[in-house]
Amino acid sequence: MKCKKCGGKAVLELRRHNAAFCAEDFVGFFRSQTLETIRRWKMFGRDEPLLVAVSGGKDSLALWDVLLDAGYRATGLYLDLGIGDYSRASRARCEAFAAGRSARLLVVRVADAVGAAIPEVRAATRRPTCSACGLSKRYLMNRTALEHAFPVVVTGHNLDDEAATLFGSTLRWEEGALARQSPVLAATHPRLVRRVKPLFRLSERETAAYAFLRGIDYVVDECPFARGATSLAHKEALNRLEDVSPGTKASFLLTFLDRARARFQAGDPVSLQECARCGQTTTGEVCAFCKLAEQVRRAGAERPEAGPPDGEEPAGLRGLVSDLHAATEIHAP
Amino acid sequence: MRVILRNQGKEVEMAGRRRVRELLAELGVLPETVLVIRGRELLTGDEVVREDDVVELRPVISGGRATR
Repeated sequence: MKCKKCGGKAVLELRRHNAAFCAEDFVGFFRSQTLETIRRWKMFGRDEPLLVAVSGGKDSLALWDVLLDAGYRATGLYLDLGIGDYSRASRARCEAFAAGRSARLLVVRVADAVGAAIPEVRAATRRPTCSACGLSKRYLMNRTALEHAFPVVVTGHNLDDEAATLFGSTLRWEEGALARQSPVLAATHPRLVRRVKPLFRLSERETAAYAFLRGIDYVVDECPFARGATSLAHKEALNRLEDVSPGTKASFLLTFLDRARARFQAGDPVSLQECARCGQTTTGEVCAFCKLAEQVRRAGAERPEAGPPDGEEPAGLRGLVSDLHAATEIHAP
Repeated sequence: MRVILRNQGKEVEMAGRRRVRELLAELGVLPETVLVIRGRELLTGDEVVREDDVVELRPVISGGRATR
């Protein structure tokens, strides 16, 4: 198989593009697709400081790599979920990448904010692990960006992530979720930071190939709590369709964004206000994160790795915003 | 050949040589869900894997998101 661009030996076939690329031209293709997406969707400007959420996985580290290479001022944010060896390995990958690229990395421990690490949150709240984890991550990304004055949070969601989310929302016709699905989530409130997904047109296989070809050391093993997750079943279903008809995932997502999303937006007016406890945005009086932290406190969950001294309240209830600096480690270049 | 299935945490031995796409079909692996790696190189579907090769099928699917 030959590279579409140079005619040399190909290392990756992209059936949906009816193309194959050699290593060098695939890396160029991946970068140009990412930068073109940023430009076309007006995700951020050349001079804006970026907070890139990094997990230690292929997508976020590939994204950080592209942004740094393109000259963006991209600071990493690693949210330590406290999931044993998995979190330790993930954090080590992020720190090594940051050190190797002389990039700045912020580390925030979920346990310091919620009052317990993710494995204990499930036991304390009986809430599905991925649900509590996703809620905590979205909240802490926004909070950290506000505290450090970043105008935008950049995440590594790829085509498969976005298509699977759309698939799940469509199966249940969740109109609110369909209205909110977008590669650019605007700052519709002064305390809500813009969130963007520059990899949303690139598949997981493409981000994995980019990370491999760039020699990025990423965590290959899956989060132990992801096994059996609904989103993985949706991804598998979409990949079966993709195998029979290449381009299905991209078509499903891109035509939704182009033709259908606006119809759901029209029927989903959301009024945001500030949470009575922490000041972050919510549609109610108290935000979902503060309710989660309250549930954890009531259940008496203890933080496993660095719990508060006896008799002290979990950090999640001490005033979440003021606690941020104590919970943030900064790895400066 | 020795095939390392990273996502299943196991290795399988297969006799003879075959193309990557035939190998994946035989193992019931969708091409979209893995990278096929031999040493430091990625293999396309038409590449031939030899009897004495070691290849890794590295999963690319990640994530977990609860039903909301």
